[in-house]
Amino acid sequence: MATFNVDDGYLEGLCRGYRSGILKTTDYANLTQCDILDDMKLHLAQTDYGDFLANESKLTPTLIAEKCREKLINEFFHLRAHAVEPLATFLDYITYGYMIDNIVLLITGTLHERDTSELIEKCHPLGMFDAMATLSMSHNVSDLYHSVLVDTPLAPYFVNCLSEEDLDEMNIELIRNTLFKAYLEDFYHYCQTLGGTTAEVMGDLLKFEADRRSITITINSFGTELTKDDREKLYPEIGFLYPEGIARLAKAEDIEQVRGAIDYCGAYRNLFQETSFNADKSLEDAFFEYEVELNKLAFEQQFHYGIYYSYLKLKEQEIRNIVWISECVAQNMKSQINQYIPIF
Amino acid sequence: MFLLNILDDTDPYFWAFIGVGLAIGVSVAGAAWGIFITGTSLLGAAVKAPRIRSKNLISIIFCEAVAIYGIIMAIIMQTKLNEVSELVLDDYYAGYSIFWAGMTVGLANLACGVCVGICGSGCALADAQDGSLFVKMLIIEIFGSALGLFGVIIGIIMTSNANFD
Repeated sequence: MATFNVDDGYLEGLCRGYRSGILKTTDYANLTQCDILDDMKLHLAQTDYGDFLANESKLTPTLIAEKCREKLINEFFHLRAHAVEPLATFLDYITYGYMIDNIVLLITGTLHERDTSELIEKCHPLGMFDAMATLSMSHNVSDLYHSVLVDTPLAPYFVNCLSEEDLDEMNIELIRNTLFKAYLEDFYHYCQTLGGTTAEVMGDLLKFEADRRSITITINSFGTELTKDDREKLYPEIGFLYPEGIARLAKAEDIEQVRGAIDYCGAYRNLFQETSFNADKSLEDAFFEYEVELNKLAFEQQFHYGIYYSYLKLKEQEIRNIVWISECVAQNMKSQINQYIPIF
Repeated sequence: MFLLNILDDTDPYFWAFIGVGLAIGVSVAGAAWGIFITGTSLLGAAVKAPRIRSKNLISIIFCEAVAIYGIIMAIIMQTKLNEVSELVLDDYYAGYSIFWAGMTVGLANLACGVCVGICGSGCALADAQDGSLFVKMLIIEIFGSALGLFGVIIGIIMTSNANFD
């Protein structure tokens, strides 16, 4: 606490400044009352977004989302550029998740014979690394690993999924989830080595993320060819549900058994109950809402790194909200417009 | 053992001068610590909320006051340091009392500086979010600032009867 500000005090103040620019309920009230996208542009100009759409003539929801994301990424890179160790490594860890998504995107695109430069444009900018263009040359995972991935920071995550089998649709999803499991566990242990408030705050956030992935993988695997053993290998070994709930989830065959498996965890039980009371709300929405609550709580403490992770997640939720509202406005379906998740 | 007489043989001026050094040195360290803690948070928060710039300099001033307490005590203590032709028992008393008064003042100001610094940092960040919080946070800092004052009072009492003559 007393020496945190030597290296990280300025960036903490800056990140909290960014956080106060997150749209509030009054802003959302203004946005939901717009009839056309140009009105939304006007309202967004008065918020922290400013004139980011000034040079765009034809507004579409995808364009607005892209520009919002661009602003977020500029802010993140600004923070990363000013960071020193250990904050620099922490911010890098946050980007590894996006790297995994990019790799999977490139592999899938190559399988479908898409052009590499087109695919690279679609990649998430936070997850860029060198040698992305050469990913299209590989045909199976060990090829991919030895030529490209061994130089990236993701190399240690491939330990469990190197195989000689060719890359195909099913395999790709397995690879994605295996990588993400290794990434989450690595990130969690890194935060624990940082200790103090960072370990506490990030521990809670990452445990929730791990549990959410376990539950989502289980529910999505009903009716597919994924065997229970394979499924169990994809559950991250951190999380409030580990080891009891995970063992029960591995045996679950329908949603009632899933509900029984997570029942002992009060927070998740409430989430499941919310979805059963409210027909409009899916489990995914309930998870997003809970995630927003947890991320807001990270800002209650000072002198830790959790605020950077939480800021990124809250802004992503804000972008999802803006996309939802702009789609409703563009398609003139105002009845569903209030189903965004309010943040502040 | 030649070490057994070390406390007897050490000159009281040795203790007294170190005491003066501690009073000013450790106090300044506390003030500096507090200023950098507050200053960095203030810089970061002022990027997105420029209105907080001038008001929050008060936190820096509170930290600076801690260094001033140190200077005052050091000046008071060093006026008592006169050269004596022959050492008597009173001089030994003076030496010890000035040393420990310096230690007291220095450590109290160190703690005070860090305390005001951390409070000032929180104050700057809270003010950036919600302007009405500034005055309330300032009251917390005033209480923190009193800690240094306690150290100075005790230091003055300790050295009141100390003189080299």
